Amino acid sequence: MTIDTRNVPDTPTREPAPGGARPAPRALTRAQLRSALPGALRKLDPRVLYTSPVMFVVEVGAVVTTVLAIVEPGVFAWWIAVWLWATVLFATLAESVAESRGKAQASTLRATQKQTTARKVDAPQDTLTSGTRLDRLPTVEVPSSTLQVGDVVVVAAGETVPGDGDVIEGVASIDESAVTGESAPVIRESGGDRSAVTGGTVVLSDQVVVRITAPAGATFVDRMIALVEGSERQKTPNEIALNILLTSLTVVFLLAVATLQPFAIYSGARQDLLVLVALLVCLIPTTIGALLSAIGIAGMDRLVQRNVLAMSGRAVEAAGDVDVLLLDKTGTITYGNRRATEVLPVTEVTPRELAESARLASLADETPEGRSIVELVDGTYGTAEELPLDAALVPFTAQTRMSGVDLPLTRSSEAGGAGNTEMHRIRKGAGSAIRRWAQSTGTYLSEAETAELDAHIDAVSRMGGTPLVVGEQLGEHPARILGVVRLKDVVKEGMRERFDALRAMSIRSVMVTGDNAVTAQAIAAEAGVDDVLAEATPEDKLALIKREQEGGKLVAMAGDGTNDAPALAQSDVGVAMNTGTSAAKEAGNMVDLDSDPTKLIEIVEIGKQLLITRGALTTFSVANDVAKYFAILPAMFMTVFPQLEVLNIMRLASPGSAILSAVIFNALIILALIPLSLRGVRYRPASASSLLQRNLLVYGLGGLVAPFIGIKLIDLVVSLIPGL
Amino acid sequence: MTAVSTPVLAAVAQALVLVALLAAVHAPLGAYMARVYSSPRHLRAERLWYRVVRVDPDAEQRWTTYLMSLLGFSLVSVLVLYGMLRLQQHLPWNLGFTGFDPAGAWNTAVSFTTNTNWQWYSGEAAAGHLVQMAGLAVQNFVSASVGMAAAIALVRGFARSGTDARIGNFWSDLTRGVTRILLPLSLVAAVLLMAGGVIQNLDPHTALTTVEGATQQSLGGPVASQEAIKELGTNGGGFFNANSGHPLENPTPFTNLVEIFLLLLVPFTLPRTFGILVGDKRQGWAVLGVTAGLFTASLALTTWAEMAGPGAAPQAAGAAMEGKETRFGLAGSALFAVATTATSTGAVNASHDSLTAPGGGLVLFNMLLGEVAPGGVGAGLYGMLVLAVVAVFIAGLMVGRTPEYLGKKIGRREMTLVALYVLTTPALVLVGTAAAVVARPGLAGLQESGPHGLSEVLYAYASAANNNGSAFGGLTSGTPFYEVTQGIAMLAGRFVPIALVLALAGCLARQAVVPATSGTLPTHRPLFAGLLATVAIIVVGLTFIPVLSLGPVVESLS
Repeated sequence: MTIDTRNVPDTPTREPAPGGARPAPRALTRAQLRSALPGALRKLDPRVLYTSPVMFVVEVGAVVTTVLAIVEPGVFAWWIAVWLWATVLFATLAESVAESRGKAQASTLRATQKQTTARKVDAPQDTLTSGTRLDRLPTVEVPSSTLQVGDVVVVAAGETVPGDGDVIEGVASIDESAVTGESAPVIRESGGDRSAVTGGTVVLSDQVVVRITAPAGATFVDRMIALVEGSERQKTPNEIALNILLTSLTVVFLLAVATLQPFAIYSGARQDLLVLVALLVCLIPTTIGALLSAIGIAGMDRLVQRNVLAMSGRAVEAAGDVDVLLLDKTGTITYGNRRATEVLPVTEVTPRELAESARLASLADETPEGRSIVELVDGTYGTAEELPLDAALVPFTAQTRMSGVDLPLTRSSEAGGAGNTEMHRIRKGAGSAIRRWAQSTGTYLSEAETAELDAHIDAVSRMGGTPLVVGEQLGEHPARILGVVRLKDVVKEGMRERFDALRAMSIRSVMVTGDNAVTAQAIAAEAGVDDVLAEATPEDKLALIKREQEGGKLVAMAGDGTNDAPALAQSDVGVAMNTGTSAAKEAGNMVDLDSDPTKLIEIVEIGKQLLITRGALTTFSVANDVAKYFAILPAMFMTVFPQLEVLNIMRLASPGSAILSAVIFNALIILALIPLSLRGVRYRPASASSLLQRNLLVYGLGGLVAPFIGIKLIDLVVSLIPGL
Repeated sequence: MTAVSTPVLAAVAQALVLVALLAAVHAPLGAYMARVYSSPRHLRAERLWYRVVRVDPDAEQRWTTYLMSLLGFSLVSVLVLYGMLRLQQHLPWNLGFTGFDPAGAWNTAVSFTTNTNWQWYSGEAAAGHLVQMAGLAVQNFVSASVGMAAAIALVRGFARSGTDARIGNFWSDLTRGVTRILLPLSLVAAVLLMAGGVIQNLDPHTALTTVEGATQQSLGGPVASQEAIKELGTNGGGFFNANSGHPLENPTPFTNLVEIFLLLLVPFTLPRTFGILVGDKRQGWAVLGVTAGLFTASLALTTWAEMAGPGAAPQAAGAAMEGKETRFGLAGSALFAVATTATSTGAVNASHDSLTAPGGGLVLFNMLLGEVAPGGVGAGLYGMLVLAVVAVFIAGLMVGRTPEYLGKKIGRREMTLVALYVLTTPALVLVGTAAAVVARPGLAGLQESGPHGLSEVLYAYASAANNNGSAFGGLTSGTPFYEVTQGIAMLAGRFVPIALVLALAGCLARQAVVPATSGTLPTHRPLFAGLLATVAIIVVGLTFIPVLSLGPVVESLS
């Protein structure tokens, strides 16, 4: 999350916590390690550590070797003991560093939770319905912490919203920077999909009446704090399964090492317990065991840095598995506003005539579509005519489905009195609406005219545009239809590349739109979407998700409205927009604070990266064992079986230095891989085959080779230790 | 042709003949077996049998019922065989042999029920015709069929979708394995072997003419029929103590090749059946590729070791022929040794104790791999599929999805079962061996001291826990200590994995199938096959490296 402290200079408490990981670091800093150290030491408590069986075994080993070193002090014993403790410490350090970023963010968020006073409407809850001027009712001042679900509060400019809720009356601009880090104020209004307000945000202008939807202590910010801090962190299903595998590997090696002593005794080469513990620690998968929880925390954290809050780690994992992505067309694939790109006049009408009429009808139209018509005509014909002052605007209504303007016709002043001024009426709107209007004025469209108009409308739809039909009426004459303005949905730049990337990840994208099938198909083709759900109702969306899931697929979607809530809840990864309603936010398992639906793509990438990092480090960890055997086994048995010297292919200096070098390598590799586990391995969208090939090469083969080099280098240094 | 290259050419030639034979029957037999296990029709004889044992062969069983049926059947098998062995002197056709002692009878009963067929006794000096035919040979059939049933149940788990953990009917699977696969095939095989000179009679004695022209008496018996199912069902318990080294069990290089073919036949064909049943033959090819690759590597190395004959004794003698039959030669012995250890058969045509140090280590490693390349009938397939799940889990994450194999997600439950499976056999082998080399009664059985002695004991427990049944030789295992502990290893090594496999099958059958996309880890490509082989060697092999380094590795390096 990018909670930018510069935007809120008046709250010194929002300084990042000491050592907090801001700005997101690429590598470990010394300060970071230092500040994570106390937490790391606390995590050494066996009651905490036992949840990671691998590291618990290492800790037991460290205790045993320490006792042995005390009973029979020696240089070798102490070195081994110290490095085993270092191994455990590096593991807890990794987790502690991963958590430290979240802690810093949590402390910033806590600052928004200061106790405020709420102006509660003093009336029984069930009498409070919106639309009855609730702000005129008497209010009482209560502490925000006592607010209950269903309470209604009035929040005026300059006041802090006392709790999560929905605006049920009024409209206000709100500063949400404390939560989202976005400094530009946002508009929140009753009704519709922009009604949710978050506790701790500040009303900048106007006044709203808010119905509280979350009890104090369970608000959005409370949940955010818990999430980023990791206090409610639970192991995810895949993490649990991986832990089972790691535990079984640990048990296998425990058996292998425990039974080695009888074999050694039989062979006349009884081993020191110290050496056996060292061998065990080197063999069990400590690298992944140490970094597993850090990988999970860092994965959540990477989402938070992109301003996405995952309500569960399970959702992040599921994101990696997503097969189908549902994206709304408007605002996601296309810019929310359509642009006029062309005029298509009917016969007998010149393009200029149509263009200027359309322009007049749009001059006072403040919608983006209206402005785009003016821009188009001005750009093409260089007109600059202003609307006369006595022009009357006809606003768009849902009933007429058209808008326009009434201009008084210029005529000799002696001709008429007030009241029966001839009007020049221009209307623009959907084809059916304008046609109905024209017919009401007594216009009869010939078959040819109808066919021509239909051809234009069809052509525009087919190309993914929206046809806007323009008509005019002079005085009380029958109206005539001038032609069609092509309003084009403008696909956002870079969408095609993003969908190509999704396809490379084998994710099918489905565009959801209320447009008709023809228009929808055209836009889908332009944007490069795989599939389209046209004329979609919320029920259609839900049905589509269920259908895909029945086929075993995992579905991700973004949504904001209350009517999206069922679909959000049904989907495997449901990303609610922060601007949306509380119902949507409740239903989804992630919230995007930037309210950017295309972020789904990044979420999927982060999910995949998380899983890949786990797999890569597991592979690396297991592959490491081969080299460790080559280091330790000859060292253990060379005295009895000198021929085993052949296996000492690294030419390590002495048995002592060989074993110690393997132990040190084992510890240092954890430290070296902490940045990778926090950052995640590089992920580029590609087919499973090429991903597997690349990662096997890097982490499998790399894991096989790296320790040979590492142990040899460490041995060169270690062999200089006197008395080893 | 130079004298040096002749044996090498012969080795390659016999391997190629074998490959050609196996390739020729692969597709038709694989498809036939798939039909056997999915056909709704029953033979008349089968119906009669179902009526006698009062089971409904069409009732689909949940994994728990399937397992209970399997365990119940095996328990009865152990008890019946135990009884027959103990009471042999009261049974007809006993050829004058007395009953087994309790520990010995327990060991043998368990051994044949678990498809291990470890023999602490000499067949011709302890078991009469009735025990051989009605006791041991019956188990040769049914224990093999039990293994195949478990494998098919697991395959059904992968193939089915969203059932309530129903994975087939044990009684039907068991019966059909015998009546439609093992019986007809062993009938043909027995005729072939008889044609090759293997005896088949019910005489107590057979007269032989030795090389010198003297007449010698040997025990006669239904050898060819026993021999056929011994190899075909990857059983391995010989009619004679010398097993397939005995001239009446395996008289010529021709019968030698036939026997090797028989023991590789079903294990190398089941991957095809698997591919057909899961609806994607490429998956079968991948499994076959891995097993064939591991097998070929092991064969090449062992043959090289035997032919190169490293070590002081072979060098002095000129070739590593100690303990081998001259009629099979080095290559014929090496091929048999690899085939029998890689398939959990345990029949031998040479003394494995006398293999060269690296050769002995390799056949030992074949077993330690968990009998997966290709492994025993059925057991090899389910072992390899379990390893595939492990490979998918480790590597599958690296493609950025939670792991799935054949459209089934590998979650917590699946991983728990697989992890326990992978743990079971190494635990039995390591704990058993460790106990034997420190306990006085264990050490008493050792013929050799030092690394070779360790190899003998390790081999014995590897053989028992992996249900192979071959012996390294040298170890006197006919003592209560070995009879009892090996019995435990055989029993646990057989039925614990089967229980886990059936539980896994139930788990998988409940899941809906996740459709494959290009984002799914492809498990039919060479890359995955290579990975699976590596996982088999590294994950399983790593466990045994310490003990191997004190046994065969030290031996090889001296």
